[in-house]
Amino acid sequence: MIVEIGHYALVLALATALILSILPVIGARRGDMAMMALATTGTLTIFLLVAFSFGALTWAYAVSDFSVRNVWENSHSLMPLIYKYSGVWGNHEGSMMLWLLILVFFSALVAVFGRNLPDSLKANVLAVQAWITVAFLLFILLTSNPFLRLDPAPAEGQDLNPVLQDFGLAVHPPLLYLGYVGFSVCFSFAVAALIEGRIDAAWARWVRPWTLGAWTFLTAGIAMGSYWAYYELGWGGWWFWDPVENASFMPWLAGTALLHSALVMEKREALKIWTVLLAIMTFSLSMLGTFLVRSGVLTSVHAFATDPTRGIFILCILAIFIGGAFILFAWRAPMLKAGGLFAPISREGALVLNNLILTVATATVLIGTLYPLILETLTGEKISVGAPFFNMTFGLLMLPLLIAVPFGPLLAWKRGDLLGALQRLYLFAALALLAGLAFYYVQNGGPVMAIFGLALGFWGMFGAIADLWYRGNFSKVGLAVGFRRLAGLPRSVFGTAIAHFGLGVTVLGIFSATLFGTETVVEMKPRATVDAGGYSLTFDGMREAVGPNFTEERGHFTVSRGGVAIADVWSSKRLYTARRMPTTEAGILTFGLSQLYVSLGDPMEGGGIVVRIWWKPFILCIWGGALIMMAGGFVSLSDRRLRVGAPSRKAKPVKATLEAAE
Amino acid sequence: MTRKQKRLAVIAGGMSFIIVAVLLVMFAFSQSVAYFFMPADLAKTEVKPGTRIRLGGLVAEGSVKRGQGSTVSFTVTDGTGNVPVSYTGILPDLFREGQGVVTEGTFDAATRNFVADSVLAKHDENYMPKEVADRLKADGVWNEGKGAASQ
Repeated sequence: MIVEIGHYALVLALATALILSILPVIGARRGDMAMMALATTGTLTIFLLVAFSFGALTWAYAVSDFSVRNVWENSHSLMPLIYKYSGVWGNHEGSMMLWLLILVFFSALVAVFGRNLPDSLKANVLAVQAWITVAFLLFILLTSNPFLRLDPAPAEGQDLNPVLQDFGLAVHPPLLYLGYVGFSVCFSFAVAALIEGRIDAAWARWVRPWTLGAWTFLTAGIAMGSYWAYYELGWGGWWFWDPVENASFMPWLAGTALLHSALVMEKREALKIWTVLLAIMTFSLSMLGTFLVRSGVLTSVHAFATDPTRGIFILCILAIFIGGAFILFAWRAPMLKAGGLFAPISREGALVLNNLILTVATATVLIGTLYPLILETLTGEKISVGAPFFNMTFGLLMLPLLIAVPFGPLLAWKRGDLLGALQRLYLFAALALLAGLAFYYVQNGGPVMAIFGLALGFWGMFGAIADLWYRGNFSKVGLAVGFRRLAGLPRSVFGTAIAHFGLGVTVLGIFSATLFGTETVVEMKPRATVDAGGYSLTFDGMREAVGPNFTEERGHFTVSRGGVAIADVWSSKRLYTARRMPTTEAGILTFGLSQLYVSLGDPMEGGGIVVRIWWKPFILCIWGGALIMMAGGFVSLSDRRLRVGAPSRKAKPVKATLEAAE
Repeated sequence: MTRKQKRLAVIAGGMSFIIVAVLLVMFAFSQSVAYFFMPADLAKTEVKPGTRIRLGGLVAEGSVKRGQGSTVSFTVTDGTGNVPVSYTGILPDLFREGQGVVTEGTFDAATRNFVADSVLAKHDENYMPKEVADRLKADGVWNEGKGAASQ
């Protein structure tokens, strides 16, 4: 019964969303308060309906109601309870439900926290959110309904894909969707601004917290997904330039650009049209990502099921929204008043450089991702564009940005002093180079060019410190006054510095793990020993074990250094009984920020087994840096100036505050 | 500099960056794109040793041989052609005889064997590498019972 009510709630939500798509827009045009106010109540109603519907589906999973087709296909009564919950979105239908839930969640947030928005803008934003809601509700109800029943009901489910039976599934999709779908708010704001034909610095101030929030969650989601793939797939890699990964990476890049361009718009009233375009592009890339992952044009672990009607449906949604938004943009953008000009060497100049590089880099990723698909559709020719392509294009294009990052915050608005920034930074640059050299020396080996890669990472970290150092003016006023000055700065300054620091940490991790990592593939018999990364691993033999819904062969290794056993590590081959599907569970041992990664291969004749051992120095920096970036996002988000409607403080006549005014 | 010159400088800088990016993309495409082949294609099209390609098909029954250490050799077939492949490393969990596989690597100049540096098997039990499934269907070698085992 509950399942049917959940299904019905979804239909009710569709009806409400349809009304909401039209009335508030008319209300905004006519200045009809009652019709505009409808947007708020309607949005909250939709949220409650969808949340109930999602709850009903979750309930069906929790009680293992196998009469529901979706549950039968993706669950098993013996599965641990946490995977029963996370299994709700471990399949196509359920993940679309999660997408929808998060979409209406964001709409509801706008409805609740947007009290200080102008009535007409708020009504229009919520109406655009409702358009998106209608499209995805139709998609779920018509092509991907999770509430369909089976008659007769099977006694046992088919189990969840073993690769997805992991804590990662509980966290990765919600975080990723919070990011992906969060950009819908920016999109709705952009479209609403175009409908109204009016846009100003205040608009940028309203949009920025949403961008920042979505960006922060997307950062976390991507990092989480990367770490999950790293330990779960057993291939030892953390980024494969797989189209599905690119699908989440592109909105992140565009969103990063949006975050920076909105800053220029807020402070200098410049780049207005560009910012609107970027907001549209970012969410378009999110939707493109959904299309790539959900339509089945790509085969990967994410493509749960392939059904051509779904692909065509999403393609239509994509065409209507992206096409519609761009047509609206072409029609209305010329009416928006263009902003002022500025000098190339200035804070806004640096932010434009950031935007230029990020968008061009996004474009190369987009081309590399779509080109094989387009070529296959047009000519039937099959090619693969892999990591070498992306490393060569994206990697090289990002280099100037990484070099430029520390300069940006040191340049003043309007007219910056590049020479002055150079003078302030050369010491930090020398330190970064020195740190790179020291790191290289300690790692003992590797290509000499690695020094520059490492130094680039340190440069990002030290640059962020330099930013705070000069803001506190520590060199002139001493520590005590300096810290007091820092304490008076707005939080967003720290957010910027923390996020830039995190970027440096990630870059350091990438260079370190790729350039100094080792990979050993050997056949090992019991008692055999192999060296990796300064540690020796002794293979002790295999043992059989049984889990709740799998059986496994576990290999045990003793890790020793200098002849002393310091740790042991298990690596196993699992067989999930319901699906007869084997998986490899890698054994990972962490030493500080570095990891030893052991993966089992096939057994050989004579009792040996193929073992693959990676030494990954400082690999944790890659995800640690992302976490730091995320922390920067949250710190920035807590800035009171960003709280929608917070009265903008008049600049105080204190010099430090003026300097700090972002 | 006047305003106009400044604006020109900015636009020129931006354009030159974009041009560099376009050239880089074109260069990278010419260098690193791997074309997909099945054994039958290789009879028609000559692939020079050293050119990176993707080779897909089924792992021939009874062809998997473990050699020295972790080197494995097997034959990739599509019903019409056979290509011997050697690979050093760990095979994916779902690598099995009679199942679909996509390998990436180059032909060895001396032995004409295909030396793979990566082997991809299906991700889950329904997944046959898409390129392989499409072609096998087109060629009529597709076996529904095998390819769509559990659906």
